[in-house]
Amino acid sequence: MSLITAHEALGQALAEEMRRDSRVLMFGEGVATKRTDLLEAFGPQRVRNTPLAEGIIAGTAAGAAATGLRPVVDLLFAPFLCFAMDEIVNSAGKLRYMSGGQFAFPMVVLAMTGGGWTVGAQHNHNVEAWFVHSPGLKVVMPSTPEDFKGLMKAAIRDDNPVLFFMDMGLAFVPGEVSEDEVLIPLGQAAVRRKGTDVTLISYAKTVHTCLAAAETLAEQGISAEVIDLRTLKPLDEATLLASVRKTGRAVVVHEASRLCGVGAEVAAILSEKAFDHLKAPVLRLTGPDAPAPSSYVLEQAFAPQADAIVQAGLTVMAERVMAG
Amino acid sequence: MHPPRPVPSGPDLLAAMLRIRAYEEKIVAFSEAGPFPHVCTSVGQEAAAVGVVSALRPEDEILTNHRSAGHLLARGADPGRLLAEVMGRSTGYCKGKSGTLHVSVKELGVILTSTIVGGELSLAPGVALSRTMLGGEGIVVCFFGDGAACEGIFHESLNLAAVWNLPVLYVCENNQWQAFVHRKETMVGDHVSPWAAAYGMDSLTVDGNDVESVLKAATHAAAQVRETRKPFLLEAWTYRQRGHMEPHDQSYVDPAEIAAWKEKDPIDRLSARLIASGELTQGDIDALRAEIRGAMDTAADFALASPFPDPSELTADVYA
Repeated sequence: MSLITAHEALGQALAEEMRRDSRVLMFGEGVATKRTDLLEAFGPQRVRNTPLAEGIIAGTAAGAAATGLRPVVDLLFAPFLCFAMDEIVNSAGKLRYMSGGQFAFPMVVLAMTGGGWTVGAQHNHNVEAWFVHSPGLKVVMPSTPEDFKGLMKAAIRDDNPVLFFMDMGLAFVPGEVSEDEVLIPLGQAAVRRKGTDVTLISYAKTVHTCLAAAETLAEQGISAEVIDLRTLKPLDEATLLASVRKTGRAVVVHEASRLCGVGAEVAAILSEKAFDHLKAPVLRLTGPDAPAPSSYVLEQAFAPQADAIVQAGLTVMAERVMAG
Repeated sequence: MHPPRPVPSGPDLLAAMLRIRAYEEKIVAFSEAGPFPHVCTSVGQEAAAVGVVSALRPEDEILTNHRSAGHLLARGADPGRLLAEVMGRSTGYCKGKSGTLHVSVKELGVILTSTIVGGELSLAPGVALSRTMLGGEGIVVCFFGDGAACEGIFHESLNLAAVWNLPVLYVCENNQWQAFVHRKETMVGDHVSPWAAAYGMDSLTVDGNDVESVLKAATHAAAQVRETRKPFLLEAWTYRQRGHMEPHDQSYVDPAEIAAWKEKDPIDRLSARLIASGELTQGDIDALRAEIRGAMDTAADFALASPFPDPSELTADVYA
């Protein structure tokens, strides 16, 4: 095991995949400037800086992906994806289907989001659910350095366009990463803590908040299971349902806004497919319907905090089992 | 290097344009007969499509847009499978999932057709990047209109292709109309080609209703892109003789403008020249037109007899 940050883990994943497959290349805003190790190892053809023009970066990735390359593009901050929506959603996401399956789009779009850097709402906006809602795309949002590495490698090998979101607050937090090849299949959630009373479901930074809350709940005699979704599309329904059928209670936690967020989808799935096992309503703890503020104090308040998750856990435990 | 391709003869060019016209006439006939998908026809723009596509090699790739029938037919697409696609039949080139607006035919190198105005411009540099990095002598041809040139992505695309030295032949079919708006309302100048200079790119404007001039200009432009592996912008000055889409409506167009451009109809012009030079007689042309119309009747019969897609196709081909 080695102790590295998510940023370093992505660098390792990129280097390993570029070494393995000569079709993999990376371009984007400052990629060649910041990833000098990749530039030195693979040269300026495969590690390229681009203009600050997200539309043509994403469109070029889609055109290249459809014709034999496997690009990874860095669009820096998630709100910048607004400039690339046509290329990602209308081209990469739809042209396979619309062409009757003539093309595939093996490409990865990398973007950062989430509170922690006080950059404000035009650099910090958790838009992951937009892409979950769009056909033809996959969406990944890891929580640990090992997952950053393993999921990036899997995303590069996937034949579909993958939106890969990095929670800014996790970028430079070190974590253990195996020295062996790390390859984590898309679509598999991870049970981060076993429990029997309530399931806390989250992804990215708030997984760690849930783990902290689970500690506090344990002190109060409540056994919380913590599930890290890791991939938001395809969603690992089997792991979710198995856990909630066991615990009968669920709290979904994410920094993204509440309305039509991933939590809404998870709650709906649990309602549709585990209704008979539920002992309490599924609760959601999310960011508010507000742009992300810059002030550190407000930014911290935007994302669900451990105290609130503990309170939600206590609330669902207090619900009486519905009369049969 | 490949051997030089034979230069198409005048009668060959005429036949190619007549095929496109006859195909579009078939679309118009269906639209007038009753409910039919809304199609953006290319009547009047045949010379630009035939002239440019005739200048290309088999290994070249074409990206086109919502007004694509001319490009596809000039490249050799089967009109029966095109009509089947328009009608949503399973024998269409995209299994009926594209409809008229987004027809791609990978086997002909007509790829990634986007109906989002400017979509084709966003994708072209990436295709050219593949050609650059994976080898091959092919170039990438991107057809768009004066409307797309007013999109920001046009400028992003030209800039990146120029900075990265990508082999893209940009072909602007300036047909004067941007959906329901004349370009005079949306552009300060008449032409798109001067914008190329801002990106250090060579350009040429050609009479887009004279197929032989287009062929000559496109041959020069394609050769330059092939040789230098740098982009080039060719502007074909032409005219959309029908409304933005079928059913036809041009009530917002000055009839004098339409009449003036019909005087410059590309098929009539080449026909007159070939008759004057003695290469063809009016009788030859009439016979050719009749033969091609017959072929379009056969194509329409094929499309109408084709089945609709199986319901299982609804969710097939979303993911690779």
